[in-house]
Amino acid sequence: MDIGGINPVILIATLMASAVPILMAALGETVVERSGVLNLGVEGMMVVGAQGGFVIAVATGSPVLGFIGGAVAGSILSLIFALLTQVFLANQVATGLALTLFGLGVSSLGGQGYNGVKPPPTGQLLPDFLADVPVVGPILFGHDWMVYFSIAMTAVLWWVLKTTRMGLIIRAVGESHEAAHALGYKVNRIRLMCIAFGGAMAGMGGAYISLVRVPQWVDGITAGAGWIALAIVVFASWKPWRVLIGAYLFGGITVLQLNLQVAGSAIPVEYLSMAPYLITIVVLVIMSAGKRGKANGAPAALGQNFHASR
Amino acid sequence: MKRRNLLATAAMGLGLVLGGGAFAQGMDHVKACFVYVGPIGDGGWTFQHNEGANAVKEAFGDKVEIQYQESVPEGADAERVLTQMALGGCNIIFTTSFGYMDATNAVAAKFPDVKFEHATGFKRDSANVSTYNARFYEGRAVQGLIAGRMTKSNKIGYIGSFPIPEVIMGINSYYLNAKKVNPDVELSVVWAFTWFDPAKEADAAKALIDQGVDVIASHTDSTAPLAEAAKTENVIGFGQASDMAEYKDGPRVSSIIDNWGPYYVKRVGALLDGTYEQADAWEGIAGGEVLIGEITDRIPADVKAEAEALRDAIAAGTVHPFTGPIKKQDGSDWLADGATAPDGDLLGMMFFVEGITGDIPQ
Repeated sequence: MDIGGINPVILIATLMASAVPILMAALGETVVERSGVLNLGVEGMMVVGAQGGFVIAVATGSPVLGFIGGAVAGSILSLIFALLTQVFLANQVATGLALTLFGLGVSSLGGQGYNGVKPPPTGQLLPDFLADVPVVGPILFGHDWMVYFSIAMTAVLWWVLKTTRMGLIIRAVGESHEAAHALGYKVNRIRLMCIAFGGAMAGMGGAYISLVRVPQWVDGITAGAGWIALAIVVFASWKPWRVLIGAYLFGGITVLQLNLQVAGSAIPVEYLSMAPYLITIVVLVIMSAGKRGKANGAPAALGQNFHASR
Repeated sequence: MKRRNLLATAAMGLGLVLGGGAFAQGMDHVKACFVYVGPIGDGGWTFQHNEGANAVKEAFGDKVEIQYQESVPEGADAERVLTQMALGGCNIIFTTSFGYMDATNAVAAKFPDVKFEHATGFKRDSANVSTYNARFYEGRAVQGLIAGRMTKSNKIGYIGSFPIPEVIMGINSYYLNAKKVNPDVELSVVWAFTWFDPAKEADAAKALIDQGVDVIASHTDSTAPLAEAAKTENVIGFGQASDMAEYKDGPRVSSIIDNWGPYYVKRVGALLDGTYEQADAWEGIAGGEVLIGEITDRIPADVKAEAEALRDAIAAGTVHPFTGPIKKQDGSDWLADGATAPDGDLLGMMFFVEGITGDIPQ
């Protein structure tokens, strides 16, 4: 069963869990950017979600409430961004960067006294007899509910963005806010809701780190996951399923390279540790380059503020 | 990314002006500044340095002012932060990570009146740069003994941060002392290429556990490897840099505690009373800079006694963790029978000892 000392079943099962934070944050950011807003504060929203979710989960003893708390915390932080960029028309890039710094600071403050506390465990969702089935068990049935939720969200977002009226409106606002405005859509209100949704998703992704992957709170626990999520959105051409592929590739190769190191692979470690970044970018770029003629998928109004008086 | 005490007071400005010529006679007031590679709340490396800074404040009260900056990236950013600190009236700046070595020496050359203290480095290009380190490998020897005695699978693991002498000598010491008590032991090394990334540190620990490792030592800064080890029964690990006592009822069976306080108090004190001189400090268990955290009841009494005996022998100087005969990984001789490793060899150690598999990344 083992290939070069590595059990592929355990590897796949592990990568599905380790990709959840990046996947959730990147899905949220996909919606935000599809509506024409560039929020670079993903890292900040994630870390606030990680901290908020941790505190709520410890206080209530319920990890599910913790995830909801993480979503609310991320959302609240994103609303600061929404207020500054949609109401006061501040520069989105600068505001997003500031949001990350602010989020790291606020979470460090709010996390005082929580170092070393253990959160309530998030167990596997399905009964043991399913998870114990050889091969498919650990991969398909052995996870906690957030893994399934993140995959379901990928499908839902793909469906909403592609086929529903709501998705059409979000895309219209992101492609041409002038036209959407002329049709009577409240551009800034729609964007505000997208930003809040993105914040909630990033917050849940962050909470997954502090509640499941590293079940504890330390300052700056996300350690750059938000930036990876941002990059994956771009390389995935703003498409939910590609975001999933990107997140799984990145998570998978990260886990794989660590396992290869343990197994004593002949590949030099320096190549192994750069592999997650390199391979993810190369694969997603090749995928987006496949369709010639079609633009790379960036929403036309990305990063531009809108005011109805213009 | 927080900068406390940003505003230098007028008094501090005066202190800076006087500071230049006043070293010989000592100083009335010292502004001691610290550059941290991670957040104070990491529960490990940076936390312990900050404890040292707090000890300085406690020892000298109003005579010192402490300023610090957390999560400063190693590289160009560090140089900017150091320049700002030097301009902001710091009299002595402690740079607490190996990766600040070049930045520390570059900025120190521009500010001859400011004292720079670089942790774990070896470059002292100007007269105002001192280096200080702790002999962590002595603590690793004790951990290695425990690992060798405790492993059931004969597979032990080590999560390395960066391939620098500091880390490599820890790995070698850990392995040699495990091997001494358990000739069948195999060591797996995982390089995380980060000092602080809890999720990645946990992944590294998981990769080790998935492949049958049951004793994990880590050389990264957070408590994440212990949190990961706690998920699996019968896996043990060690507190790194800090005691990590919150995992005492779980996987943590002992720890290496970095105790920087005495050194920081000594250096700032010397600056205050005018006896400050350039130094290259390297204390270990004997000097109190490396403490071995309590060995818990998960370790059988005889192993615990053996480990404590090793600790005391190292402190007394009767045992050196690197005592020959030791060969390098490639089979060439390093230490002859009975010889102990010279400090120079350790500080530049870029090779594994015989028996460790895998290459050191370049």
